[in-house]
Amino acid sequence: MRKCSLSEMNKVFARIASAQKLYLPVDGEAGAEYKLWEEGTEWSNALNTVKSPKDFFFPQLENLMEFKVTGKSIEVIDTRKASEDFVVFGVRACDVKSFEVLDRVFLVDPVDSYYATRREHGTIVSLACTRPTETCFCRTFGIDATEPQGDVVTWKTETQLFFEAKTQKGQAFMSLIEDLTEECDGSEVEAQKEKTGKILARLPLANLSADAFGADKTDKFFNAPEWKTLSEACLGCGTCTFVCPTCQCYDIKDFSTGSGVVRFRCWDSCMYSDFTKMAHGNPRLTQLERFRQRFMHKLVYYPTNNDGMFSCVGCGRCLSSCPISMNIVKVMKTLGDKADD
Amino acid sequence: MTDRNEMLIPVVGVITDVRMDTPDVKTFRVVTPDGVKPFAHMPGQCAMLSIPGVGEAMFSITSSPTNTEFMEFSIKKCGCVTEWLHQAEPGQQITVRGPYGKPFPVEEDLKGKDLLFIAGGIGLAPLRSVINYVRHYRENYGKVQIVYGARSKDDLVDYSEIINEWMTDDGIEVNLTIDREQEGWDGHVGFIPNFVKELSPDLNKTVLMCGPPIMIKFTLQGLMELGFKKTQVYTTMELRMKCGIGKCGRCNIGSKYVCKDGPVFRFDELDELPDEY
Repeated sequence: MRKCSLSEMNKVFARIASAQKLYLPVDGEAGAEYKLWEEGTEWSNALNTVKSPKDFFFPQLENLMEFKVTGKSIEVIDTRKASEDFVVFGVRACDVKSFEVLDRVFLVDPVDSYYATRREHGTIVSLACTRPTETCFCRTFGIDATEPQGDVVTWKTETQLFFEAKTQKGQAFMSLIEDLTEECDGSEVEAQKEKTGKILARLPLANLSADAFGADKTDKFFNAPEWKTLSEACLGCGTCTFVCPTCQCYDIKDFSTGSGVVRFRCWDSCMYSDFTKMAHGNPRLTQLERFRQRFMHKLVYYPTNNDGMFSCVGCGRCLSSCPISMNIVKVMKTLGDKADD
Repeated sequence: MTDRNEMLIPVVGVITDVRMDTPDVKTFRVVTPDGVKPFAHMPGQCAMLSIPGVGEAMFSITSSPTNTEFMEFSIKKCGCVTEWLHQAEPGQQITVRGPYGKPFPVEEDLKGKDLLFIAGGIGLAPLRSVINYVRHYRENYGKVQIVYGARSKDDLVDYSEIINEWMTDDGIEVNLTIDREQEGWDGHVGFIPNFVKELSPDLNKTVLMCGPPIMIKFTLQGLMELGFKKTQVYTTMELRMKCGIGKCGRCNIGSKYVCKDGPVFRFDELDELPDEY
């Protein structure tokens, strides 16, 4: 383990930024967001960013290819570029876990080359939590907020930042700032982990259980009458899917530039009425079906295809952003309790 | 640039022939600009066709894999992409990618079996691929019965192929029906579910069925009443798709994705999925 004084962090950021693009949470008017570090950029103290860092690997909007159309002829132009190396700094344990959830979608055969290229070039520097809050429930999904995954794991105390490299990419990152950090034992980190662990155990959602859900539970929950009341007030705005670090549904559309056509992909939401709408009808006619799809996917369908792993990391973003205060926790409590009956 | 393969990037296809099958169905013949078939496939698999600037949509490949020269798509006019295609003339380029999905088990479960094909309207498109595959490897399969119906005589897709090729083959029984009486039609009149019951096919047959949802529903009911089991009946599904590779999330039913786990399902497999299609 190595450490660096917080007062020296600007030097660390400057050193990394001289080698590759460095993104880190910065305070903004609507809360913290990931921004490119430049001289003078201040690292946010916020617990987490409003939008998740999935954007770095699965951007909200990205061009996939271009077409040149001349009369009846078409030319397909592969516009994919080799990605540059970059660092995402200060990623929380929940969000790091979300990359694993997305990997199981985009990196399984056939591999999504756009995602894979970014994933290969990105170095994740995670940051352990010290002040988890009332909307946090990562523990429900077996995530330890004091011990995140990542290429490099960091722990922030009052005065120091502690680093531990976990992968080859992480070691390369550490060698870049070797002269700015010093070797140390992990005693302060251990003390901090213990302290945070106690807070985590006392959180309002500390005992939320996902045990009732998981692989092959479709029959148990699909026709539950509770979906009606749970979904009744849902506006279908899709905010939950846009802030969610694990939501991966996307749309592919064409845009005419005048001189050609750009085919792009953008995030989409199963909460939207036209998501499944076809020329011959729509299999999910009401918000009940759309609402149910989102939660069944996270709590049952995804685990069925992924060795029981849930497609929720308990980051709590949907809890604070839903305009009608509906969220996965309420769904889990309502349906999970029912399962115990 | 990256040299990694990317399924979302299509190749260029050229429409070399457009055949008007019915007032709203045309069959398009597609090859690459070099004049060869875009890629190999198995019966029941699909391909994404697109017109840049208009959109991309999934279609079943109606030609048989045994046709090594070109690919055919029978397409009904019912949305943006299909309307555009219906205006296209030979020489028009489009884009093609695929093949997608799980085919009918022509080399596994269907081998050596007596087969009953039941198609309604444009539902013949995916089955035509299997029918012509079976005709090509005739010795590998038992008796073949084809029940095909449409609203009217003019709505029967591939009518000349049915009359001139399928009906003249030994060991193939073709039963056609149309919904209402029509001048110049002396064949059967009536809906498919009842027609199938009247025909009372042998219970040892394996059934491959495709058509509008309402036809599927009542025909399946009729088959069950006759004594068929769900494990004997295959169908092919249609849901909205964007990626074709199980990632964009659109064609998700329960833990399955129609684009990669389907579109071909056996009815006992469909029973295990939530009723949302």
